[in-house]
Amino acid sequence: MPLDNVVFWVFAPISIAAAIGMLVMRNVVHAALFLVVNFGCIAVMYLLLDAPFLFAVQIVVYAGAIMVLFLFVIMLLGVDRSDVRTERLFLQRPLAVVLAVAFFVEVAMAIRAGVGFSTLAPEGFEALQPTGNAQAVAEVLFRDYFFPFEVTSILLIVAAIATMVLAQRKVRAITQAELTGTAEAEAAS
Amino acid sequence: MRTPIAYFLLLAGLLFAMGTVGVLVNRNALRIFMSVELQLNAVNLTLVAFARMHNDLTGQVLAFFSMVVAAAEVVVGLAIIVSIYRRRRSVDVDDIREMRW
Repeated sequence: MPLDNVVFWVFAPISIAAAIGMLVMRNVVHAALFLVVNFGCIAVMYLLLDAPFLFAVQIVVYAGAIMVLFLFVIMLLGVDRSDVRTERLFLQRPLAVVLAVAFFVEVAMAIRAGVGFSTLAPEGFEALQPTGNAQAVAEVLFRDYFFPFEVTSILLIVAAIATMVLAQRKVRAITQAELTGTAEAEAAS
Repeated sequence: MRTPIAYFLLLAGLLFAMGTVGVLVNRNALRIFMSVELQLNAVNLTLVAFARMHNDLTGQVLAFFSMVVAAAEVVVGLAIIVSIYRRRRSVDVDDIREMRW
């Protein structure tokens, strides 16, 4: 068995198990930590697909920065609040699972028709990038996609400003009396 | 590389379906957000797999752009969730009714 096959069959079940763990964990912090495991497994998949630059970016940006931000916000909002587990819509959970299974079957059939289950990746991917993956990606990025790259910088600035505006403490919090008052008014109307 | 490309695509499809379940089932805004992140990652995996299949680096560059946009989206989304929590003391999406007509 070739080595990359072994790596795939080790890390694919781990990533699926981590995704299931994220869905079923009651504690939000545990769910976030399972998501970190899943992101790490996806990073390994990038390595298998000959994308070492994206492997590093995935670890640094997703498993590092984004998940730290998530955990920070979870801690800020408090973790001990348990989620309400009762269903408010009839059959919502079974229907969601059934629809997701149907979606996956459809995707599998599309992959079988469009790609084929035994298609191997073509040779010669290394020859495209004689000076390494990061330099090859940089050449494509800064030569062919330079304008989208600049637009992305504007997007990041807008996101930073939006976060500062949203995080300002200006609006007065709704008091408990107002909350119950509006609920009574709605019940009365 | 001896692993068929379709295996990576199937893994990505499975992760995307699980993210869909998470979005549909949960009512905690943070959990919904984490499921959306899972879906985004599944799509990124598809992009990189197709880049390998076609011997073309454009897919990797597109996945890179998608990561940048996802980072911006997480920052703004978490700021919105925090400001909603400050106002309502809850991140349950069923409680957020201001924009429902």
